[in-house]
Parts: sequence; C-alpha cells; structure tokens
Amino acid sequence: MSVVELPAPTRGRPWVNRKRSIRDVSTPVAIAVVLAAVANLVTGLAGPLGFYLAFVIFFAGTSLVFGLRHDKVKAIDKFATAFIVVGFATAFIPWASILVTLVQKGWPAIYGGYFTNDMAVTSADDELGMGGLSHAIFGTFLILIVASIIAIPLGILTAAYITEIRGRLSGFVRVMVQSMSGVPSVVAGLFIYATVVSRYQFSGLAGALALAILMLPTIARTAEEVLKLVPEEIRSASYALGASQMATTFRIILPSARSGLITASMLGVARVAGETAPLLLTSFYTSVFSRHLTGEPLASLPMYVFQNFTVGTDHALTRAWGGALVLLFLILMLFVVARTVAGRSRK
Amino acid sequence: METNQNRQVDGVIPATSMAEPATAGGSQSSTLDERMVTMSGLQTKGIHAWFGDHHVLEDVSLDFPANTVTGLIGPSGCGKSTFLRMLNRMHEFIPSASMAGEVFLDGEEIYAPDVDVAAIRLRVGMVFQKPNPFPSMTIAENVLAGTKLANIKVKDKDSLLEECLTRAGLWKEVKDRLKLSGASLSGGQQQRLCIARALAVKPTVLLMDEPCSALDPGSTLKIEDTIHELSDLITVVIVTHNMQQAARVSDYCAFFLSDGHPGRVIEADRTDIVFTSPQDQRTADYVQGRFG
Ligand SMILES: Nc1ncnc2c1ncn2[C@@H]1O[C@H](COP(=O)(O)OP(=O)(O)OP(=O)(O)O)[C@@H](O)[C@H]1O
Ligand SMILES: [Mg+2]
Repeated sequence: MSVVELPAPTRGRPWVNRKRSIRDVSTPVAIAVVLAAVANLVTGLAGPLGFYLAFVIFFAGTSLVFGLRHDKVKAIDKFATAFIVVGFATAFIPWASILVTLVQKGWPAIYGGYFTNDMAVTSADDELGMGGLSHAIFGTFLILIVASIIAIPLGILTAAYITEIRGRLSGFVRVMVQSMSGVPSVVAGLFIYATVVSRYQFSGLAGALALAILMLPTIARTAEEVLKLVPEEIRSASYALGASQMATTFRIILPSARSGLITASMLGVARVAGETAPLLLTSFYTSVFSRHLTGEPLASLPMYVFQNFTVGTDHALTRAWGGALVLLFLILMLFVVARTVAGRSRK
Repeated sequence: METNQNRQVDGVIPATSMAEPATAGGSQSSTLDERMVTMSGLQTKGIHAWFGDHHVLEDVSLDFPANTVTGLIGPSGCGKSTFLRMLNRMHEFIPSASMAGEVFLDGEEIYAPDVDVAAIRLRVGMVFQKPNPFPSMTIAENVLAGTKLANIKVKDKDSLLEECLTRAGLWKEVKDRLKLSGASLSGGQQQRLCIARALAVKPTVLLMDEPCSALDPGSTLKIEDTIHELSDLITVVIVTHNMQQAARVSDYCAFFLSDGHPGRVIEADRTDIVFTSPQDQRTADYVQGRFG
C-alpha cells in the first residue's frame, strides 16, 4: 500500500461564524422605504398606516428578490426573516411610544429633590422644583414587600399542591386559581374595603392584602407551569431514594425550579406594582411620608399619579407623568435584579 | 461466603413461569426450601403488569438470591424496565399502571397493605437508564442526598462521600470539585454520580436499568468492577442490552420476551448455562444475536 501525500493543512481559520451585517438589512429597508413612499403618494395606501403597510410588503418582497440571487432556500429564508424583523419592530412600536411619551412629559418634573422630598408642604400645582415623591416610592415598596411576603409563599405552595402533592382537591384548586386570575382588581379592593378597611382604617396593610389577592393567581399559575417543567426523572430519582413526598417537593423539586419560581414571583409583583383601583379603596393616599403599615393611609406611586392627575393643572399633570416614569423604571429595575438573581442561581 | 458458594454451585433460579419441564427439579426445590428458611434476597411470584388495558408482563416468578448479580436480558419493549420498577414499587407512579403478584424482600411482602414504601425504597436502591443527578445540588450534596432526604444520621460524611464515589469509580475525577454542580459533569460521570448516590443509603438490593448505556468502555468496566465488589454485600439486578456485559457481571440471567404476547420469562438460569447451553431455542438465538 502506498501512502498518499496529503497537502499540508493551510493555517488560519477556514470557517468562521459570520455575523449578519447591518447592510444585509439596510439595503432592502432603504429600497422598501422609497417604494413605499411612492406607493403612498400615487395609490390608495395613504397616511402613515398605509405607508407602514406598503413598507412591510415591499420589505418582504425586496428581501425575497435579494435572496433569489442565491437560491430558493435562501430566498425563503430572507423572506421569513424579513417578516420576523417587521413583527418584532411592530411589537416594539407601542413599547417605545409609551417610553418616549413618558420621558417627554415626565422628565420636567424630575430633579434631585424629587426623590427625597414628599408633598407635605408642597401642593400639586406648585412650581416643579419643589416637593417630590419619596413618600410614594417608600409606600409602594412597603406595600409590595408585604404583599409579596403573603402571596409568594402561598402562590408557590398552591402550585406545589396542584403539581406535586396532587391532592384530591387539586383539580378544584386549579379551577379556583384560574377563575381568581379573572377577578377585576377593583373587586379585590372592594373586598378588602368591606372586610378590613370598613372596620379599621385605610392602611398600607389593607393595600398589601388587596394586592396579594391579585398576585396570588399569577404566581400560582406561572409556578405551576414552571414545576411541570421539572423533569420526571428528578422526581423518580428522589422517590427511588426513599424520600417522602414532602421531602421530594420541598428539598428537590422546588430548589430545582428555583430560577423559574423567582420569575413567577417577579411576574406577580409586576402584575400589581402599577395597580391603582384596589389601592384607592384600601391604602388610599397621603401626601406625607409615613412608615406605618397600619392605622393611617399610606402613599404609593400609582396613587401619587392618580392624585396629581385629578388635580389636573399643568404642573400637577407633569408631576403625574413624572410619577409614572419613576414607577416604570422601578418595575424595570425589579426585573433586572430578579433576572440577575435567577440567572446566577441557575449555574 | 460459604452459602454464597453453595448457591453458585447449585445454580438455582427457578422460573416457574417457564412452560418447560423442570430440568434439575430435585436440586432446585431443595435449595428453594433452604432459602425459604433463610428468607434472604428478593423473590417475585406471579407478577403481572398492566398499563391501562395493555398487559405488559405475564406471570413472572423469579428468585434473586442474596449477594448475587442477576442480569435481565431481552429485546426492547419486553417489559424489563417495568419489571425492575415493580421491585422497588416505582411502578405505581405511572397513573395508568396496575399490577398483580407478590414481591418478597428478605421474606417480607413489599406490596402488603401496611408496608412503608419509603423504607422499601431505601433498602432497594435504583440506578436509572438516564443519568438524573439533582440539578440544584453540588456533587457532594448529590451523593449524600439520600441520607438527607430520609433523615439518616451520618457520623462521618466525608468518608461516606469518598467511599461511595470511589466505589462508583468517580472519586479521582471529582475529588477536587465536590462543590461544583452535579449538572457540570459529563453524561457518563453523571451516571457514576447516580450510582454513588444510590450506594450512599446502603441498600441491600440495587436495581440497575441499563446503567452503562451512556458510558464509555472504560467507565463501563469500572462500573462492572463495582458491581462485582458490591455483590459481596448486596443483591444486584441489572438490565442490559449488552450480552458481553451480562456474561461478565451476572451470576444468573433471565431472558424476557414479548413477541406479540405480554412479556414473559422464557428462560432463567445460571449465566454460563444461559449463554452456553440454553434450553430454549429463542434464548439461544437471542444471546447469539440472531434476533432482537
Ligand atoms: N409509562 C408507560 N405507559 C404506557 N405503557 C408503557 C409505559 N412504559 C412502558 N410501557 C409499555 O410497556 C412495555 C414494556 O416497556 P419497558 O419499558 O418495560 O420495556 P423494556 O424491556 O425496558 O424496553 P427497553 O429495552 O427498550 O428499555 C412496552 O410495550 C411499553 O410500550
Ligand atoms: Mg427499559
């Protein structure tokens, strides 16, 4: 047998993962914009909506034509990619529009003291460099923390009961949880108003109870889905080691699903962080900074926004927008923190 | 040790489900009686299994003498895993599953109404076909998980950890990273971790469902060595599709077959007999790789 001499392998990297460059998209976009502008002028597709529709059609079309330079598979790939990009952009528009509006209208209200002052000596239509919403931020945090302390363990236990314990009532509990998630928030507020507030006082605790009612179904349902994703093998492994159902649930299944459960809890918090109606009936509002959970009303960001909005003067409206902007960023921050925690625990 | 040797010589594993005449009737029944007195090891009597209306196993009666290794062989889908899961009552986790028959562990019926299932599973350990370490735990925690879950007090955790990992042939590879997640190991390492985890609760019976199907030849040999060592102390039942492995590790072999019927035991005997002079033509065909 003779040995065939192979050419020495050439150095360097023969293959590398090419990143899609911006030009791949920008050329069809430019062409589509021009074509859409023309169509906008000469055909019935008038107005911004007509322009957008024409753009979508031309963008997909141009991508297809560009792809055809290669082959059919590439053409279809480009066509589909174009639709996905457009779909993403379309979903992005309302989000960006809200953010831009909030910043535009709310930014003038924000200054250094906005986060350290309350409205004790300032009224809603005073000049913008005065007063602030420290009381509302603190109140919102207090209410959310208490609501979380109540609803997160309950929600996760409910989910564990449905998926792990599979008790006799689990079907019933699941239906109850599902119907609970349909409860309008104002009804939760009314319920706490009737049972707690009417007997005692407006208070942060009452607000937290109302929010907990609203958080519970969100957390329970998300946690249920998360627990269902824990592989059956893990359960088998635990039972095969002679573990009881309780030990399996609390020491194996729940820790395995930790990051998903954190997400579920965060979704619950996000669900209620901006609720106004139940707080109007439970914790109400005060313009003074307060640390008390009971005995007196407690301010919160949504109620701060609502209060300023009802005053309705220019400055008050700007304050309302400012409060909304702060609320949005707080929720965003909560999400970032939760994602980081969840991501770290996954390792 | 002496009794062990005795059994090796007598070579008994009566398969009463076999429709064939008892070949070595005299010696078989005598040892069976003897064991009825000692009541050690694992015995099944007339086991049937169903999934819904699907009759999966029919009248399986096998005897697993204490401190022996029994290989379960047979084509895919003939009910080996199902049978194995009935030996530690894992079968009942499948909602549609039902069963009939009796399983005796050291003479005690494990399906009796007042039996503590968790205690049975502590004594009958299991290693699954697919590695399933607990993802939320470190390597060390995984090994000791069984003792924690069952609230067993362990005096010297470190030495138990080292002993179990060494037995599973994993100690050298992981001794410097015991604090890492169990999921950070390779598939084969994960499987050996699962074996170490099963050993840590000191079971008297170990069920293994194709434990080496995801392992390289080196790890496989390590596991087989472990099985050999373990068989001094515990009873091992191992499902395998690898005929060489069955021949290497097992003292006894049971051949399962379903072909259109519910799965049955066609032949069960000493491993050397099953492999060299089986009674049934189908067994001969199977162990020589002519079908299945
Ligand atoms: N969870 C289940 N639900 C319904 N039927 C099942 C279930 N598990 C197994 N079966 C059926 O029971 C029969 C035996 O399955 P089993 O897993 O015991 O086979 P096996 O001998 O272990 O096969 P393999 O060698 O492929 O692992 C098969 O026909 C299978 O379809
Ligand atoms: Mg199997």
